[in-house]
Amino acid sequence: MLTEEEKNEIEEEIRNYPYRAVACIDALKIVQQHRGWVSDESVKDIAHYLGMANEEVDGVATFYSRIYRKPVGKNVILICDGVSCMIMGYESLYEYISGKIGIRFGETTADGLFTLLPISCLGDCDHAPAMIINNDHFNGLTVKKIDELLDKYK
Amino acid sequence: MEKPLTKDIVANDPPLNLKDFRKVGGYAGTIKALKEMTPAEVTSLVKDSNLLGRGGAGFSTGMKWSMVPMDENSRPKYLICNADEMEPGTFKDRYLMEGNPHQLIAGIIVASYAIQAQKAYIFLRWAYKKAEVVLKKAIAEAYEAGYLGKNILGTGYDLDVVIHTSAGRYICGEETALLNSLEGKRAIPRTKPPFAVTVGLFGRPSVVNNVETLSWISHIAENGADWFKGLSLTGTGGTKLFGVSGKVKNPGLWELPLGITVRELLEEHAGGMLDGYGFRGLLPGGASTDFIIEEHLDTKMDFHTLSEVGSRLGTGTMIILDDKTCPVAFLQNVERFFALESCGFCTPCREGLPWIEKMLAAIESGNGKMEYLDILKAQKKYLALGNTFCAHAPGAAEPLQSGLNYFYDDFVRHINEKKCPWKS
Repeated sequence: MLTEEEKNEIEEEIRNYPYRAVACIDALKIVQQHRGWVSDESVKDIAHYLGMANEEVDGVATFYSRIYRKPVGKNVILICDGVSCMIMGYESLYEYISGKIGIRFGETTADGLFTLLPISCLGDCDHAPAMIINNDHFNGLTVKKIDELLDKYK
Repeated sequence: MEKPLTKDIVANDPPLNLKDFRKVGGYAGTIKALKEMTPAEVTSLVKDSNLLGRGGAGFSTGMKWSMVPMDENSRPKYLICNADEMEPGTFKDRYLMEGNPHQLIAGIIVASYAIQAQKAYIFLRWAYKKAEVVLKKAIAEAYEAGYLGKNILGTGYDLDVVIHTSAGRYICGEETALLNSLEGKRAIPRTKPPFAVTVGLFGRPSVVNNVETLSWISHIAENGADWFKGLSLTGTGGTKLFGVSGKVKNPGLWELPLGITVRELLEEHAGGMLDGYGFRGLLPGGASTDFIIEEHLDTKMDFHTLSEVGSRLGTGTMIILDDKTCPVAFLQNVERFFALESCGFCTPCREGLPWIEKMLAAIESGNGKMEYLDILKAQKKYLALGNTFCAHAPGAAEPLQSGLNYFYDDFVRHINEKKCPWKS
């Protein structure tokens, strides 16, 4: 079931568009904002609420890389794997982070604290390597900076 | 040297609010266009200025607008700002949005007025959180000051601007895939024709313009077409945001006249290669442009000049390949990106790009065969425009083909030595 708060937020988005189904992506994002991810149940609830077929909403949900169809950790670390970040050494930073928290791309730590994912070019190529943790953007990354960030987000 | 787009942006400072933006002359072009010009006059002016789209394709902005039907039955119409910057190596639209959001809004108002759209959407990339905050604040200020909403500046013209933040996927930057995404669907490109200017968002006439393109419009309305043309060294019109990333002394972003040379950008502005690193080649305008090499460094950074040496201006933000980075690994990274970001709708792209990436991975790890090189070369034909639904796969083929051409010996070394020579 969608909560009243989620419904209200979805209605806010619908006001910007000529018909309800247009808000499909917004609705997926709103649910994810509240619950961390989008379950099969939520897909059905959104479909029902917007007057769409379940499969249609699922098709949209699985298309977009920032909609999570599996639970993620409390903090989602998105490491830029663009070519400029590759030249500037993101791969060794990835290995460092991965070694430190004990997970590879696509995995979540057993304590549910971190999920590690790659992300396409973050548009910060002149300050590479770059990454995002939750909604915060970081650049010019070094091992020292990563140590500080992992501590901060614990 | 004039820098109209970036003169009011101070690094690490918050952007100008509406009041301060007005103090430096902001919105003057918007007021002039809405109060003194007809929509047709605005379109004609932008056409005369020869403003070419800054998103990568370089199509004439005024020409695009002039194809929008203007009769009574043509409404509703939409203006869409393409702010889905995601081309690897590109970091210019983020800078413009975070640095001067009112400049963009001022341009959106004039562009919407020219095509008589009552609604504009900013299709903003998910990852650009700071731009979202800054734009939302600026839009609220613009409403409050009467630059947006009903009866703008007493002219009788109404316009609403809505920010739509996306949910990822590079293909959303493709004009018609963006429209599908904005309609809440999977971002799959549409058949063209009909073009968006006649059948676009929600089936209505729509114009999609890039952030950098729209940031120009108010300036052009204020200062005229000749002023704009005079800003470039080549007569194309305008300055351009140019960027350099990779192993250079001073990576960064600069607003410079169209027509400066690649060498000037690389050596004077980016400071040349870092000590200990040699230059091998560069992609001049993002990951989907062809490599150019040492012999091309005196080429002018402009739309037609880069085509003459087999590449494209693209987004104008270059990625430098140095001699300590393996060209095969570089290309594998780029092709993995294109394979992952394929929307999966048409076969050559969905099937072809992952195979390319697999072959490059095999070569890079020392498991390649010479026949792979012929197969990779042949992809230029299979992934050409006409065989694919949109420009995604043809774009992916550009760095691959020129990379194979210029760094062929490095590919052969990987295969003969059965390892990457760059890895000890």
